[in-house]
Amino acid sequence: MSYQIVVCGSIVPDPLQTLEPVSGPTGPSLKNEMMLPSVLDPWAWHALFEAAHLAKNVAGSKVYLVSVAPKAKLQQVMMTVGQKAPFELIVVDGPSSGFTDAAEIAPLLAEAIKGIPGLDMSKLLVFGGWESASRGAGSTMQIVGELLGITNQFQGVDKLTVGADGSFEILERIEGGKHQVSKCAGAPVVLGWATGSLPEPPNNPQIGMQNMRAIMPALQKAKPAKVATDAVKYASVALPKQQRQTKIVKDLPADEIAKEIVAWING
Amino acid sequence: METVLLLTHADAGKPALEALAAAIPLKRDGGTLVVGLFGADVQPFANEIAGCGATKFLAVTGAEFTQARYASDAAAAEALVKASQATIVVVPATSRMNRIVSGVAHRCGGRADTHVTGMANGNITRWYYRQRMESQQSRTQRPWFIAIDPGCHAPYSGAAGTAATTPVSVSLPTITTQVTGVKAPESSQQTIRPDAKLLFVAGAGWTKKQPDGQAHVPEAAELIMGFLNATKASLGSSKSLVDLSGEGQAVLPFMSHLNQVGQTGSTPRHPKGLSTCCHGEEPHAVGWRFIGERRAINLDANCGWARGKADVLYVADAFEVMRKVNQLLGAR
Ligand SMILES: Cc1cc2nc3c(=O)[nH]c(=O)nc-3n(C[C@H](O)[C@H](O)[C@H](O)COP(=O)(O)OP(=O)(O)OC[C@H]3O[C@@H](n4cnc5c(N)ncnc54)[C@H](O)[C@@H]3O)c2cc1C
Repeated sequence: MSYQIVVCGSIVPDPLQTLEPVSGPTGPSLKNEMMLPSVLDPWAWHALFEAAHLAKNVAGSKVYLVSVAPKAKLQQVMMTVGQKAPFELIVVDGPSSGFTDAAEIAPLLAEAIKGIPGLDMSKLLVFGGWESASRGAGSTMQIVGELLGITNQFQGVDKLTVGADGSFEILERIEGGKHQVSKCAGAPVVLGWATGSLPEPPNNPQIGMQNMRAIMPALQKAKPAKVATDAVKYASVALPKQQRQTKIVKDLPADEIAKEIVAWING
Repeated sequence: METVLLLTHADAGKPALEALAAAIPLKRDGGTLVVGLFGADVQPFANEIAGCGATKFLAVTGAEFTQARYASDAAAAEALVKASQATIVVVPATSRMNRIVSGVAHRCGGRADTHVTGMANGNITRWYYRQRMESQQSRTQRPWFIAIDPGCHAPYSGAAGTAATTPVSVSLPTITTQVTGVKAPESSQQTIRPDAKLLFVAGAGWTKKQPDGQAHVPEAAELIMGFLNATKASLGSSKSLVDLSGEGQAVLPFMSHLNQVGQTGSTPRHPKGLSTCCHGEEPHAVGWRFIGERRAINLDANCGWARGKADVLYVADAFEVMRKVNQLLGAR
């Protein structure tokens, strides 16, 4: 049994950047959005490691990365991502904004997946992040699954184990720091990944070179997507107001600090 | 005029009562409220909220609906939404409802907004870019699904009674998934307590070399566990600390990625938070959006907490301070 593992992932601003919303004719966006350095959406990033790991262990498997993103920005991000794991990139040139409705993005992803030559539903594992770091909705993957007719869907996945019989054991995050354990007969499935259990793989320039040969043409032939912006009516988008007045307590003996903290906890 | 459906699994508890309380005002101007429940047995919860003013209690019941599983839950939810002809569907954002809400909205020709933190004047409130900015927004498309995050609304409390439920039938797809159980963290310590009054965050500093040139990880573990046992606080972590375990360094045995707070971690809700040995960088601090009062202990007076992220920063050695704190709390 081999798998076709499709990872859905877009790009988001580097989390160390300061973000500021601005509003325009098509709704809100980020100030200087096209100038902000970007990274692959972190939970999709984990999904990609998991996909690569699984593909390495199951002979004949292949990883696709399907991304709806502005292609110039995506190209920059691929310089690093491309060195991490072998995959084939499929690009839809479209917005990566958190303010675009998930229901507008999901059909683009589903169409791109349906367009994979030789797509075999009995081998298909659709991976992605369980939430994006932009919209943070957890909606896109569910709708992609619906559009592909996949009703074995799992969210907040930290572990996928393939059994000897080809079945899957899947660990999903639930309340109170616990995991729900499910057994699923097999593909097709949708898995929205949380952190997973793998560390970030080291850069591998050889993989990078291999990937790049296909990444550049994929970016070049990416078609611009039409995306409606009227689904959500934004009344306001604002930074939180409460910047705190931090009281900095220095040179107070540990005893005194401890008393203050205990009083505060019990107060 | 809206037909408002409270849609939930019948064992959701408090989050469902919160979602119900948030749903009731939406039927203003002559709208109606309907309750849609699914699960093995929905009657106890229907009775608990019998006085909520719903015109109907729709129910999908049966053994197949015991398990929190996409295929059966989505089919149940779809049937309930269609039977109710709801224009607004309010759901509690439990992990079970979060798994299906957007997929079901799609099936019903609607759209969903998730992680909603408030509702007022026809708008919902939710956050973008991992709690960095807050939006007020609405939709004209119906049905509009709204998933309310737990802890954002006071729960419904009304007289219990006997609710007359109307069964709704479901056509299930072939089921090929079975939920086999729940796994708690490997250590016997249950450190994540969503209902705790206090969040205690440990940062990577607990594992770093201290002024005497040595790391003191076993003592760090003892101090942290002692504090948690004495206060029943919930344990959070920075990313750096949980990542260490992936890199084979000596780490705190009771800590996992599930404890991580921040950009790629969780955004828990607690009235108070105490950060220790954590630098308070922005990707961490965005996870504190819903923490009320915030204090931090750090050796560095210029750490992130000093810059408007905490109410009080104690510039001090967390080992020393927590040792004393535990003594005062009588921790063992
Ligand atoms: C894509 C991305 C996503 C990220 N997501 C997250 C996230 O979800 N959560 C998160 O936490 N981070 C996240 N980060 C990482 C974040 O930027 C920081 O690197 C991280 O939070 C640092 O953790 P720390 O403060 O524990 O460790 P450090 O930066 O190593 O800080 C240790 C601190 O301990 C203090 N210290 C040491 N000894 C003592 C002592 N005895 N007493 C008191 N203080 C002491 C030091 O002064 C220092 O401030 C993310 C980064 C990226 C790029």
